[in-house]
Amino acid sequence: MKWQKLIKVAFQSILKNRMRSLLTMLGIIIGVASVIALVGLGQGSQADIEKQVSSMGTNLLIIHQGSSFSGGVRGGTGTQASLSMEDVAALREKPLTIQYVSPVIRLNEQVIAGKKNWNTAIEGVSQSYLNIRNYRLSRGSFFTPRDIKAKAKVAVLGKTVVDELFPGQDPVGTRIRIRNVPFVVVGVLGSKGQTAMGSDQDDVILVPDTTAFYRLSDGKAIRAIMVSAVSEDLMTDAEADVRKVLRHAHKLPEGEEDDFHVRSQTELISVASKVTGTLTALLSAIAGVSLLVGGIGIMNIMLVSVTERTREIGIRMAIGARGGDILIQFLIEAVILSLIGGIFGIMAGVGIAFGIGKATGTSVVVSTWVILATVIFTASVGVFFGFYPAKKASALNPIEALRYE
Amino acid sequence: MMDVIVLENIHKVFRLGGETVRALNGVSLTIHKGEYVAVMGASGSGKSTLMNVLGCLDQASMGGYRLEGLCVTAMNKHQLADVRNSKIGFVFQGFNLLPRTSALENVELPLLYSRHSSGVSHRDKARSALDKVGLSDRMDHHPNQLSGGQQQRVAIARALVNDPAIILADEPTGNLDSKTTLDILSVFKSLNDKGITLIMVTHEPDVASHAKRVITMRDGIIIDDRNVDQKDRVVAP
Repeated sequence: MKWQKLIKVAFQSILKNRMRSLLTMLGIIIGVASVIALVGLGQGSQADIEKQVSSMGTNLLIIHQGSSFSGGVRGGTGTQASLSMEDVAALREKPLTIQYVSPVIRLNEQVIAGKKNWNTAIEGVSQSYLNIRNYRLSRGSFFTPRDIKAKAKVAVLGKTVVDELFPGQDPVGTRIRIRNVPFVVVGVLGSKGQTAMGSDQDDVILVPDTTAFYRLSDGKAIRAIMVSAVSEDLMTDAEADVRKVLRHAHKLPEGEEDDFHVRSQTELISVASKVTGTLTALLSAIAGVSLLVGGIGIMNIMLVSVTERTREIGIRMAIGARGGDILIQFLIEAVILSLIGGIFGIMAGVGIAFGIGKATGTSVVVSTWVILATVIFTASVGVFFGFYPAKKASALNPIEALRYE
Repeated sequence: MMDVIVLENIHKVFRLGGETVRALNGVSLTIHKGEYVAVMGASGSGKSTLMNVLGCLDQASMGGYRLEGLCVTAMNKHQLADVRNSKIGFVFQGFNLLPRTSALENVELPLLYSRHSSGVSHRDKARSALDKVGLSDRMDHHPNQLSGGQQQRVAIARALVNDPAIILADEPTGNLDSKTTLDILSVFKSLNDKGITLIMVTHEPDVASHAKRVITMRDGIIIDDRNVDQKDRVVAP
């Protein structure tokens, strides 16, 4: 009951001087708004990245040729390529943890269609590629096992390629030339947009992996093999199985390093996510400083308020207020000022975050945990910076205070 | 007759700069319940210091003070605050009401700090106190909407709201014109008639003559203490 009264008294005091109260809260409002906006956009970016990477294919393992130390440091065995179609066959045969296997044969070639030409990436893939990479077809059909077996000269185009070579037309059934080899277009990929790293996922032409390997690539080695695990929890097991199969296929003795490396999708997400997370934390810390400055502003105004109300404090003490009563009164005022500032700041911050998010196309994630933490922190700022003025008020001598002009 | 106030050889010493000031130099005093006492004296006589000691705003350097039987001299700051709240009602020369606050809320103020709660609501107690001083029709007014006399009445109601043992008035009519002074003094009289113990500090003999007993101070001691005869009272022509 008494607390209700004290809070009501504190509110009355704040409302009596609206302009001053608002100016006092400004520091807190700005500080909180910045933190909320930054964290909201930061967490939104992280969510965007995660969505992007997971759109590249779930449960995905990517096997690259060469060990992780390759790149000049370890040139012992020369640049001898290490992945082959036999590896692909071996992976397809054995492990139970693996669902799809698709080699990645990637070439950069000039493609000609009628009078137009375009330089793009050619990827040789298996018929399970769509499943592995979570792609959909927007037109036509994908390769069949017969296409793969026959090394058929069929191609599926990405949206960007279609826009360049066949603007406004349906390319299914038409002919194109890749490296002077004639291909028939059998399908068009659904659009995927840009990756978080900026590359255009639609600027690609898919052909059967056998076709690419034997007809286009001069029998050069496969650059990568994509493997999808049966389920997310079996990823680690799948990774172990892949290494076992490949080490056996490559006849690597015990103790010698892999001459390939396996990366999982989770690694990619965690790296990108970590970078964004660090950046967000750093910027928020800087914004947090302005929150502390806001706290100093509150302390300042409370000191002025105490001095102005010296007479009033004297009256209250004469009437029976203890030092503790006065302390609590001014402390509550400071906390309420902070909290109201904090609430305004949160509203402003959320508004700014969504505004910027809409303008730049970034997602915004405002979690209740962040808001709760902000409220608690703001209240603490109020208590911390309001304490000194409140203590000063409670220590006044009533007789002198009553004489104060 | 019960003793409300018993002062025994009270001394109060201040150290200002390098000098020692003996504000009260051995004051002994007994005040019974229902008395109406005026304390007179020139500036520096010690009457203000005596008021502060009686009001438990300050503590004596030496000597004993019993208020309604309670030994006040041994109390700490918290206990003194409680005594001020429950046993003493102050009325000041400058009224000392909270600005931008209604009369009713001003009168309720002591109840906010009261540590004993009765069943009666604060609102009702405040209303009945304002009734006693005849201001029921101005409960929602703010001090800047009230005349000096009305403000002082609100202050008196505030002093009454906790049913104190004594009302301590420090130059209560100092800021009022002669007519309003008489108004306030008649409020005091009617309160005293109802049995309330009243102690008033003043430097004006006219005002002091309205009390029933006049104590005169000089240089920190009581030099005179007499009951006022009705016919000695000075009234406006």
